[in-house]
Amino acid sequence: MAKTLMKGNEALAETALRVGCRFFCGYPITPQSEIMEYLSWRMAEVGGEFVQTESELSAINMLMGAAAVGARAFTSSSGPGFSLMQEGISYIVAADLPLVVVNVMREGSGLGNIGASQGDYWQMTRGGGHGDYRTIVLAPAGVQETSNLMAESFDLAEKYRHPVLICSDAAVGQMVEPVTLPELREHDINKYDWALRGCKPGDEIRTIQNVYFLDEDYENHLRQKYADIEANEQRWESIEIADAELVLVSYGISSRFCKEAVRNARSAGFKLGLIRLITLWPFPVKAFAEVSPSTKAFLSVEMSTLGQLVDDIRLATGCAHPVDHYGSMMALPETKGIIGKAQAVLKKVSG
Amino acid sequence: MKYKSPEAIAKRPTLFCQGCAQGIINRLIGEIMEELDKVDKLIVTTDVACGAMNVIVWDYDTIVGAHGRPLPTALGVKKVRPDCVSLAHLGDGAAYNIGLAETMHSAIRNDNVVALVANNCVFAMTGGQMSATTLPGQRTPSTVNGRDCKATGNPFRIENAIGKLDIAYLARGSVDSVKEINKTKKMLKKAFEKHLAGEGFCLVEILTPCPTNWGLSPLDSMKYIREEVVPVYPLGEFVDREESTNA
Repeated sequence: MAKTLMKGNEALAETALRVGCRFFCGYPITPQSEIMEYLSWRMAEVGGEFVQTESELSAINMLMGAAAVGARAFTSSSGPGFSLMQEGISYIVAADLPLVVVNVMREGSGLGNIGASQGDYWQMTRGGGHGDYRTIVLAPAGVQETSNLMAESFDLAEKYRHPVLICSDAAVGQMVEPVTLPELREHDINKYDWALRGCKPGDEIRTIQNVYFLDEDYENHLRQKYADIEANEQRWESIEIADAELVLVSYGISSRFCKEAVRNARSAGFKLGLIRLITLWPFPVKAFAEVSPSTKAFLSVEMSTLGQLVDDIRLATGCAHPVDHYGSMMALPETKGIIGKAQAVLKKVSG
Repeated sequence: MKYKSPEAIAKRPTLFCQGCAQGIINRLIGEIMEELDKVDKLIVTTDVACGAMNVIVWDYDTIVGAHGRPLPTALGVKKVRPDCVSLAHLGDGAAYNIGLAETMHSAIRNDNVVALVANNCVFAMTGGQMSATTLPGQRTPSTVNGRDCKATGNPFRIENAIGKLDIAYLARGSVDSVKEINKTKKMLKKAFEKHLAGEGFCLVEILTPCPTNWGLSPLDSMKYIREEVVPVYPLGEFVDREESTNA
């Protein structure tokens, strides 16, 4: 298929349909509303179902029903609305259901504002709701990658019978870029035997529930599932890390400024590198094993006031190097600022 | 007359308390599915708490939903599998307290799902605390001196909330006597028939006893329904639309 110009949110919505998603429900919130607006008319064209729900609570639980009977289904939200979905996501994890939830991140805690920000890293990678769980989190940095990861998200969800979160942001969701979309295909709702469909007396019944105290092996099942995901699904992009003095660690919209910072710094003789996270969980610890002995420090670059990546970088490097943070929840990172901060960090380390 | 219990209602032991009416309700569901020849089409979404224990009682494909949210979940089921019978099984706390927004909007959208609300006037599983339907003066662990309607509001009647909406069916039955059980079965069956005809939202509330939390014997609980509960919650059909205008 030829390239077409599309907004990140619309490319995400169209891609979902093309890989067989036939159920969407959601509630308006900026900056993700284009996803539901697009699907409100487009879903019917491919014979799917669209529901504008009364709340995000309703949406996440409606999604649970659609997924339980075998549909490829997703919902999307942002910040406050995504918070409202956390109880439901916890239930969906406990029920071993595959589905996709998109969070187009906006600014701040509370109401905050509608601009790009990356403050939901902790919420998305730590579980977000109650209980022992994590979810796979995919973080696109542009429109093509939004489409690629959205297409893959359903396969990953079904492979592990586990929800997958897409961590987009207002910039990636709103920007327009060329994109090649996958071909349109259908998904068979009877593909997986666990999908509810009704049963005759004497048949083995199917139950989607979220209490497992009767299953002695449940904890082993959980440990194995999470270990498999951590072993198999780490994704990242490394740039110029072979001889880097300092490695930037970033994801999403911020990582694009980091790429420019690496280029500009190197043309001025300053050896910067970048690890761009594509999966936020599992955190790509394998990427850090490839870092060179010449690396003296790491710098997290994210649209966050507190520096939410810092702890995970420390853990991934065994606390062997200083880790600092550059970024604001209210402004896109600046290339010059990234380089300046990197130089200051190195000076401190050497000093 | 020889009684044969519905095949899909398992002969396993249940976890229900003595005198609980869930067994009666399950028998009605089972009989109706057999009469409508839809046993293999029923997919139930239960709430948490007492209703969730049905997963070991009946042999229907079942989702245990989140507290108060079985109605949206049941709609998700129906949208994906339009030929199934999608039943949301709730209690009064789920449907009228925490999940009232979902109940209202299912009715407003006229979702093609059946809601069965077992109303025992308390939050039974958690120890019998006050719910939206607790009777005036009724003592519960959270209204130890009896429900004070000045402070907590009056008992909630679903017909006052959705009775004027464009829905397919709204009725209230009881299980306090054979006569009422038979009437309730007719209501439930009508709801399922309308659901299968695609007419839209059907809600049947069933007044049920909770001997454990009411502190009454099973028999006295049935008497309590007749003498105390029914005067507050009138039985009958409140909406029975031939054909809903927006179904």
